[in-house]
This record gives sequence, C-alpha cells and structure tokens, in this order.
Amino acid sequence: MKRLLLASLLLFPLFSLADEARDLADNPAIERRMINLAEKVRCLVCQSENVASSRSDWSNDVRQIMREKMIAGATDQEIMDLLVERFGKSVLFDPPVDRETMPLWMAPFILLLLGIGILGYQLRKRRSAVVAPTLSAEDEQKAATLLEDESKS
Amino acid sequence: MMRFILPLVIFLVLSVFLYVGLSLDPREVPSPLIDKPAPTFTLPLLQDASKQVSAVDMRGQVWLLNVWASWCTACKDEHPVLMDLAGQNIVPILGLNYKDKREDGLAVLSKAGNPYQLTLFDVDGKIGFDYGVYGVPETYVIDKQGIIRDKLIGAATPKNLRERILPLVEELKKK
Repeated sequence: MKRLLLASLLLFPLFSLADEARDLADNPAIERRMINLAEKVRCLVCQSENVASSRSDWSNDVRQIMREKMIAGATDQEIMDLLVERFGKSVLFDPPVDRETMPLWMAPFILLLLGIGILGYQLRKRRSAVVAPTLSAEDEQKAATLLEDESKS
Repeated sequence: MMRFILPLVIFLVLSVFLYVGLSLDPREVPSPLIDKPAPTFTLPLLQDASKQVSAVDMRGQVWLLNVWASWCTACKDEHPVLMDLAGQNIVPILGLNYKDKREDGLAVLSKAGNPYQLTLFDVDGKIGFDYGVYGVPETYVIDKQGIIRDKLIGAATPKNLRERILPLVEELKKK
C-alpha cells in the first residue's frame, strides 16, 4: 500500500506537464523529450520562466527548433550546446560550475562561513563580558548583614 | 569606536552592491558570439525575393546588421536614428527583417524611409536564431574579417551610437 502510494506520488509531477504541452507534435515521444529539455532552458524574454512553460514567441521558436533538431537525430546535449553557443550560459537554469560561475556557486557558502564567524565572535565576546562580580570587603559585610536579617525574620 | 565603524562599513558595502546591482539590466544577456565569426547566411532581399545575399558579400568592410520588424515598437523609435546614421555615410547598415510579413516590412520602409543598404528577409527567424536574437531591435557590429565585435540589445540611440558603436566602427575601419 505504502509503495503504491509512493509510486502514485512520483507520478504527481506529470500533471504539471499536461498543461505545458501546448504545441502538439506528431510524435509524442519527441514532444515529451522536448518538454523535458525545455524545462532546463531559460526564456530570455521572460527571464524567470522556462521555455517549456513560456508562451512568448521566442520560446515557441526555441521549442520548434528543439523539435526539429530532435527529429533530425540530435542528442539533448547537442541541443543544449547549440543554445549555449548562441545565447550564452544564461539560458541554462542550472549553470555549470566553472570559473565564470564560481562566485555564484560559492557565495552561499562564503556567506554561511561569514555568519558562523560573526556568531562565534559575538558569543565569545558575550562570554567574556559576563564577569564574576567582585565585592569589596565593605559590600560583603553589608550583604552578610542583609542576609542575616532575612533569615532571622 | 567599533560600534560606529561596523554599521558604516555595512552601509558602504550595501551601497556599492545596490549601486552596481540596480544599474545592471537583466535583459541584457551578454552575447557569447562577440569576437566569434558572424554566422553565415544566404537570404533573399525584402524587396526582391529572387535576389539572394550572403554574409560573404560583406567581407572587407565594417558593417552593421540591424534586426528589425514592423511589429516591433522599439524599432519605430529607432528608425529615425538609423535614418540619420545612414545619411552620414559612415558605415553601411544591413537590415534583417525578422519574422515579418513582406508587405508589412516594405510598408515601413516606404513610409518612414529606408536606412538600409540591403534588407534581408528572414521570414521564419532561422538566421535570427543563429545570431542569438531574442528581442528586436538588436544591432551587430561586424568587422572586415566577418567577426562580430559588438552587439547592441535594444534600440540604437544617438547616445549609444556616439559613445559605443561609432568609436568602435572607426577603430575597426583602420584595421
């Protein structure tokens, strides 16, 4: 039962695909492959959307070109390479880790380290700020009498 | 002392990031084609479908490739600027009529004037795709060896022509 549930949960993302396949091709296998690939490509006209879900003219064209290349026998990687060659790495939603994108990938970790450093520094400062109170002999005397009074009453 | 310096440093860092970040235009995706050979094409002319022009015909001169369409509103703003530039006879401009209807493209040119030495007709946008066009208008600077030297995304203005495109053209002409 659990397994069945899990399996049906895995099918869940397919519902979202149902909406995105707008351009009907003769070949459903190609269409599926194309949509899969188009999800990894940024629409340059509407930058937070991917080419699979965008309805812009440019995305339509890119999908059409993907379809044609796939029918002509190009692999997914070849199509991606072609897009990067034309439009640059910014068309990829998942940019490769290389020298140019290194700061982008490293930034969260650098910020995390920086945060930990600041936290550590602050904590240490706070610990040293709490000093054991030193009392003069006179104060000690006063405190003792006060405490004594308290216990008597 | 630290109490004052730290907020000041944070403020300054933030200011620099905001200053740089807000002046960037996320729509301007740097073209990977700069300093690469311009994709070859053979296209019919807008005015005459039987005449074909290819990229090789432009070898030996510096030229601009301006991508435009009748349906593009920014192109209308750009048009007088191009007319002005064409009048100065500094650099030949080739038009790439991108995903347009032939009669619509011709209507624009007959109404607003024709700044182009030649106008290529790219009806399905295939050549536009090869050049990495994703928004019209776009203008490419191509040198004598047929190498793309710069790409202007968005409309040409007197300012960006004067400050960016024309100095580059002059420099490339000397080579």
